[in-house]
Amino acid sequence: MQRRVIFDNKLLPYLLLAPQVAVTLVFFIWPAAQAIWQSVHIQDAFGLRSEFVWFENFQVVLSDPNYVGTVKTTAIFSVAVTALSLGVALLLAVLADSKIKGARAYKTLLIWPYALAPAVAAVLWMFIFNPEIGSLGRLLNRLGYDWDYRLNGDQALTMVVLAASWKQVSYNFIFFLAGLQAIPRSVMEAASIDGAGPARRFWSITFPLLSPTTFFLLVVDMVYAFFETFGTIHALTQGGPGKATETLIFRVYQDGVVNNDLGGSSAQSVILMVIVIALTAVQFRFVERKVHYA
Amino acid sequence: MATVDIRNVRKSYGQVEAIKGIDVAVRDGEFLVLLGPSGCGKSTLLRMVAGLESITGGEIAIGGRVVNELDPKDRDIAMVFQNYALYPHMTVFDNMAYGLKIRGIPKPEIQTRVAKAAEILELGRFLDRRPSQLSGGQRQRVAMGRAIVREPSAFLFDEPLSNLDAKLRTQMRVEIKRLQDRLGITSLYVTHDQVEAMTLADRILVMNHGVAEQIGTPLEVYQRPESLFVAGFIGSPPMNVLDARFDADGRAVAMPGGAVLPLDRPRPADAGRAVKLGIRPEHLALDAAPGASSILVELVEALGADTVVYGRLPDGESLVIRMAGLPSCREGDRLAVAPQPGALHFFDATTGRRLGEAA
Amino acid sequence: MTTLSQSGGRRLIDLVPHIVLIVGVLIFAFPIYVTLIGSTWDSATIGRGNLPLTPGGEALVNYGQAWSESHGARASYTPVRVMLLNSLVMALTIALGKIAISIISAYAVAFFRFPFRMAFFWMIFITLMLPVEVRIIPTYKVVADLGLIDSYAGLTIPLIASATATLLFRQFFLTIPDELVEAAKIDGAGALRFFVDVVLPLSKTNIAALFVILFIYGWNQYLWPLLITNSADMETIVIGITKMIGTGEAANDWNLIMATTVLAMLPPIAVVVLMQRWFVKGLVDSEK
Ligand SMILES: Nc1ncnc2c1ncn2[C@@H]1O[C@H](COP(=O)(O)OP(=O)(O)OP(=O)(O)O)[C@@H](O)[C@H]1O
Ligand SMILES: [Mg+2]
Repeated sequence: MQRRVIFDNKLLPYLLLAPQVAVTLVFFIWPAAQAIWQSVHIQDAFGLRSEFVWFENFQVVLSDPNYVGTVKTTAIFSVAVTALSLGVALLLAVLADSKIKGARAYKTLLIWPYALAPAVAAVLWMFIFNPEIGSLGRLLNRLGYDWDYRLNGDQALTMVVLAASWKQVSYNFIFFLAGLQAIPRSVMEAASIDGAGPARRFWSITFPLLSPTTFFLLVVDMVYAFFETFGTIHALTQGGPGKATETLIFRVYQDGVVNNDLGGSSAQSVILMVIVIALTAVQFRFVERKVHYA
Repeated sequence: MATVDIRNVRKSYGQVEAIKGIDVAVRDGEFLVLLGPSGCGKSTLLRMVAGLESITGGEIAIGGRVVNELDPKDRDIAMVFQNYALYPHMTVFDNMAYGLKIRGIPKPEIQTRVAKAAEILELGRFLDRRPSQLSGGQRQRVAMGRAIVREPSAFLFDEPLSNLDAKLRTQMRVEIKRLQDRLGITSLYVTHDQVEAMTLADRILVMNHGVAEQIGTPLEVYQRPESLFVAGFIGSPPMNVLDARFDADGRAVAMPGGAVLPLDRPRPADAGRAVKLGIRPEHLALDAAPGASSILVELVEALGADTVVYGRLPDGESLVIRMAGLPSCREGDRLAVAPQPGALHFFDATTGRRLGEAA
Repeated sequence: MTTLSQSGGRRLIDLVPHIVLIVGVLIFAFPIYVTLIGSTWDSATIGRGNLPLTPGGEALVNYGQAWSESHGARASYTPVRVMLLNSLVMALTIALGKIAISIISAYAVAFFRFPFRMAFFWMIFITLMLPVEVRIIPTYKVVADLGLIDSYAGLTIPLIASATATLLFRQFFLTIPDELVEAAKIDGAGALRFFVDVVLPLSKTNIAALFVILFIYGWNQYLWPLLITNSADMETIVIGITKMIGTGEAANDWNLIMATTVLAMLPPIAVVVLMQRWFVKGLVDSEK
């Protein structure tokens, strides 16, 4: 797509692009290239020489049972976060979109958590579920349930899933609401004239018409669960106890920054890139429309 | 004030030739209308004059100065667009003043010029409004105002009225005419509406497929169409075109269906030649004169002042007749019709060009 | 009688959506409420774990201490005033920087034709695919090599390239009619003049919407500032909170932590609530 009318300055467009391109080159292309380069090299102990090792780093990473465990944790974590935040958001959006009193107020009250950082969301949950200072955490213990997410891996995973989903609901809610508002009134009216009840209307009309939105959010939420929840996990459990809440991105950080294993962490970065590219390719149907027909 | 000279101008988009060599000299103060069907290249030609489109071949001069390589802003022209192209975020005043501001014209003078244009166009009350707060006709006037304040050598209009409803269009047409008479600025005006062309133009350039079919005053174009295309394009309903043949001594022409029309002036040079015969619907009359054709009436449209009769000649060719007054016939009637004397147009059967007059 | 009970049942069914929505609102509001309340009590009360549900009397003391002092009863911290400033600088620089460099590059791609135009466009577009987290370690190394650790530049510039904003602006620019550009050319405006006089004013709504989204994006950054800032003066408030919490033992300056959390949430929530209309439209548009 190109407009008919253009300006014919020769140098100006390059100047206008320069800042963006410079930042992209220096802080994106170059580091990404380095990650790929490092992922196929091993550095000696002094970092003086590096040797090309083909896919050895990948082999090491992928055959590490810990890493496989991390992959599993990440899968459980991201599927749970995606499902939970999508389901709750859809429920709330459908209710808030119906013609009920105070719909506007509900909307405002449900939208603002979008503003919270994932780490802050985690902190808020800690204030409540901490077994020593949190009111609900203490309540659980008093009721005889042995609650301490700092010691129990399953509880820790539940905790980060809840905190991460809690934060993402508002984002999904906004999009579902927009999707619902885009459904023509007349379609719904026609269905109710045809005698379809509310539940029937939802499953036979609303849900199918929302499916592009749902699909889009599915990908966005997966990416969120993979990467942005680093803050949630770092603030709440530090990946523990043990490795119970260690996700792939947390491990990249752990290996690269804390353990200073460049080759291994780069190989992991490359694996993550492949995952993101795959996710994005899935989403490309939408993006393509954005790029070509915009 | 200036002349606009278009000399053998061509435009190609890649392999496609949109303008195939057009020549026209627009006189100082003249109102030239570019008329033609959609896609014939009217806008392209106008935009080349404006400098919005590069010129592939030939030369354009404004006020005697060749402008091929000049930017639009340096050509001293102003343009009015079909969709008005007003700046949505600027007030009416700022819309008109913007071009003057850029040219560094002092504030007080901008004030007076805009005030004057606003007065001419009766926009005084709207100067502080945004385009979105105006009606279509008012927006149209602002677009004109933006052109007027510039006091350019030439106005360029690209279908400025086609977004208006029929009534407003007629009204604005009259205003444009009045304005041009008053300001006397050389104007090029693109339209595909022949009524606009006939009423506004000093001369009309009829275009088809990137070629100038004819350049002439509205009456010339109507009375002496140079080609079948022009003949068919101007006039409503369009001219009847029939396959005909001059008789052996060039004194009469044989109509399809058998009737033989005697010619006012014999054309011995064309004796026996097959031609296209054009007759305007308004030049046919119910008349049993010698050479009259018999038609079967298929449809009668009563327009009030006029009646249009659609009929068929015996061999099946259709013929349209326009008569003054109320209908005097009905579907299924058989009528005898004959052209008024001297109302026949002859065109070459293959090239479609008008045949020269009888010697 | 039948009618009455029927309409009674109906009314009950009508209440269900309200009940569900109110429960939803409460689930989102409750943690915030607890934090607000907590920030008005002393740390011992919170640490004992039976925080009342009504405000205490320590609000002024807690917020005052958190705001300006560099230590609580148990440990030393970066004062909130410093961290807020850092977060503000980071969020504003990222938001405004992204908007600025995106709007000009979108302008270049939409309004000019030049060699490698689409190559540049795709290069920018690819940045959309890979979140900074993926390439975090090598990006960190680049910033370290450039000597930008513990600087605002290091904190913000690497995050400033934006494919989303560029796409959004380009999309919007393509809706500007050709005739408007032509009218401006005839009026004598060049490329820069047209940008300043026409394109920028027309982009106001888009800029406002993007500002909200990007401000929040910037304010909420976590992994990147965690790596780039070492010195206490450079700490951002989101990082600051988790550092204050440490391992989450009961013996903590909970009063200060909660006050800090409230102050950390306030700016982004204010931006979202105050600019709700623009932000919702912008968010949905930019992802369409
Ligand atoms: N940028 C372009 N690239 C290729 N072909 C073009 C371009 N612009 C115009 N054309 C072609 O040139 C021819 C003339 O176009 P132009 O816009 O001048 O027609 P027009 O007479 O103004 O028609 P209309 O009455 O529909 O406005 C058309 O066949 C059109 O398809
Ligand atoms: Mg046109």
